[in-house]
Amino acid sequence: MRRYPDEPAGAFPTPPRQLTDRHDRSIQLRRADATDRTALIEMYTQFDPADRAQGIPPARETAIERWLETILDDDCLNVVASHDGDLVGHATLVPDEQGGYELAIFVLSDYQGAGIGTDLVETLLGLGQSEGIDRVWLTVERWNDPAIALYRKVGFETANSERFEMEMSIRLA
Amino acid sequence: MHVLLGVGGSELSYQALDETIERAREAGDDLTVAIFDNEEMDTDGGAVEGRVRETLDAADFDATIRHIEGDPGSRLVDIAESEGFDRIVLGSGERSTLGKIQLGSIAEFVLLNAQTPVTLIR
Repeated sequence: MRRYPDEPAGAFPTPPRQLTDRHDRSIQLRRADATDRTALIEMYTQFDPADRAQGIPPARETAIERWLETILDDDCLNVVASHDGDLVGHATLVPDEQGGYELAIFVLSDYQGAGIGTDLVETLLGLGQSEGIDRVWLTVERWNDPAIALYRKVGFETANSERFEMEMSIRLA
Repeated sequence: MHVLLGVGGSELSYQALDETIERAREAGDDLTVAIFDNEEMDTDGGAVEGRVRETLDAADFDATIRHIEGDPGSRLVDIAESEGFDRIVLGSGERSTLGKIQLGSIAEFVLLNAQTPVTLIR
């Protein structure tokens, strides 16, 4: 059984949102669905292989297409970040078999370290709250300090740290 | 070469069996299949042995089959060391629906503690 914090986190902001990142770029956050498939394929083909985590995003375009088909399904929630009309970040919630949702986030390398990831995760959790989702979890490689710091700041707590991949979780309601 | 393959009944462990038979045939390796109860899988040793035998028969390949008791990770490492195996092979690395790979705890233990080379099939 997956462990979650007892206490729910506070309210998170919902999409759409507009923000200015640390490099003064204007970033739009909005909900995404299957109609964003082509733009997401374009984003993921630019993704730096060094930023891949636990096998995703896949490297080849055909594998990216197959993977996006799963996570753009109607029972998943997606938020994208765009700059000047191009997608630069994407966060997704995918249901598991126990009523919880697994979270993952991806930001293109030129846009990392600019605060976009934090807003993207918070906005996705806000969308999750508005859709009645109450439990969210994720796994992260134990050595990925920037990602772990981001998740902690947002309110995730460590659920299991005995494995290669650390598991973290948050209760939304 | 003497190869010790651990099979706990996950789909990946059967995939590892197929691939190990192929390689063992090409390389002329001796293969021992060690069947264990994988708590994460909820399978029983008898059913796993049945499928292992079927696969070996279909491939027309001879291998030693044995069952291991106790903690599978540490037993695999012990057996490889004390009985002179050259390599341990395991299938592990299931993907969540979202697509992230996570290694199982048995594979993690073997990777970190084995004194022999380890092949991870995923």
